[in-house]
Amino acid sequence: MEKLINDFSLGLFFWQTVLFLALLFLLRKFAWKPILEAVEAREEGIKNAMDKAAKAKAEFENINADNERILNEARVQRDEMLKEAREMKVNLVEEAKEEAKEEANKVMEQAKQTIENEKKAALADIRKQVGSLSIAIAEKVVGSELESKDKQASLVDEMIKEVSLN
Amino acid sequence: MQIGNYIKILFFSLFLTFNAHAQHGEVKSEEKTSEKQEILDEIKEVKAHHLADSHDFTFVSTKEGTHIGFPLPVILWDNGLKIFSSSKFEHGEAVAEVAGNHYKIIHHKIYKTDAQGQVAEEHGHPSKAAAVLDFSITRNVVFILLVGLLMLWMFTSLAKSYAKNNGMPLGIGRFLEPVIIYVRDEIAIANIGEKHYKKYMPYLLTVFFFIWILNLLGLTPLGANVTGNIAITAGLALVTYLITTFTAKKDYWKHIFWMPGVPVPMKIALIPIELLGTIIKPFSLMIRLYANMFAGHVVLMSIVGLIFIYKSWVGGPLSFGLAFFLSILELLVAALQAYVFTMLSALYFASASEEHGDH
Repeated sequence: MEKLINDFSLGLFFWQTVLFLALLFLLRKFAWKPILEAVEAREEGIKNAMDKAAKAKAEFENINADNERILNEARVQRDEMLKEAREMKVNLVEEAKEEAKEEANKVMEQAKQTIENEKKAALADIRKQVGSLSIAIAEKVVGSELESKDKQASLVDEMIKEVSLN
Repeated sequence: MQIGNYIKILFFSLFLTFNAHAQHGEVKSEEKTSEKQEILDEIKEVKAHHLADSHDFTFVSTKEGTHIGFPLPVILWDNGLKIFSSSKFEHGEAVAEVAGNHYKIIHHKIYKTDAQGQVAEEHGHPSKAAAVLDFSITRNVVFILLVGLLMLWMFTSLAKSYAKNNGMPLGIGRFLEPVIIYVRDEIAIANIGEKHYKKYMPYLLTVFFFIWILNLLGLTPLGANVTGNIAITAGLALVTYLITTFTAKKDYWKHIFWMPGVPVPMKIALIPIELLGTIIKPFSLMIRLYANMFAGHVVLMSIVGLIFIYKSWVGGPLSFGLAFFLSILELLVAALQAYVFTMLSALYFASASEEHGDH
């Protein structure tokens, strides 16, 4: 210990302290401050860049998801539209068929009606003509046998009924 | 020098007994012993010379008195400032005469003497009156200056390279920057915490690189033993102590003078212990760095010295191998001691800057 104290050089201690403090202040001003600031700025930059990249990635994923969703929606819409169109086509055809059938039926009905009416009119005309003809014939053939016109008419009616029954 | 002596005695006694067994003829043994003693004395002198600071910068010196190196300025305070070249001492052999005063270097220290170089003595030691205040630019001061300039150049060029290279380091900065970030993340932030670490960063970085580079210089053939000098480590520890004391917050003083959570008699008993603790902490920093580097140099030089003692085909390579292994170990110790000093300084700063809410 005595040797240690004896070895202690005050001059060296003085120079060490002075030079070290000078070095400390010079380095603090011209080296450590700019170095640490540059390193921090770079670290901050890297952190920001990484955050940005993560954000961009998330955004990209969002856009992708959106695209996918829109595509899916479009697909669904298309399918729906196709389905509707198919249904519409079927309906239209069905309706057209129905209408055509109805029209046909109507036409047929009308034709039938017309035929019936024509037939009736023809029959009535025939009956009338046959009646008057018969009367004329009967007047001519039977003449006297039938005194009153009423008897003749009832006879003709009977005959017509028989005919129409046929 | 006690540690050094102890290790020396241990090593030399080991090898001397080894040799004694190998010797047979008695006469031959005596001759050999005196020769050996001479070598031992020379090694001891070289070692003492290397470990101590000196007033001139000598690269090589021979037994015949040839010195290769250059003198350094001597600055004395002896009733006024006296500045002269250390060449006046002629490597400690001559008495330097400056403005009517005479000075001589005795055991690496400058004393005031008479014209014949006689020092006033007291109990076999130079008396207090003969002592002068010595502020010379010694070899260690030159090393401090060199390391300071080297650090200024290294780190200002690193700082400038950021602007030039878009925020990326260039050249040696590529190696230095990870070390700086290591000091910041693993030493400063890990101990002091995110909140207060910034104001301690300049000191922690400076002291880390300062000690590391000086430790590494100690392993070069230049033979710098700067960090193995008690005055240097005392200067460093003092700065740590001052920073700790002047940045200390209320809680730091509260823990010293009125320890919370213990009974009142204990609080009073703890005051002197805690106060002493504040001194012991930097003191341990001083001793730890000094002893580690000093002992490293002593052991390394002792092992190198073995080559000259044990002149044989076994001793030489063995000594070389051991010295090589120890040099590698010292390389690790150089970084480790810088780390330990910085780390413990950071711990002391942490206790100083800690606040109640920080727990």
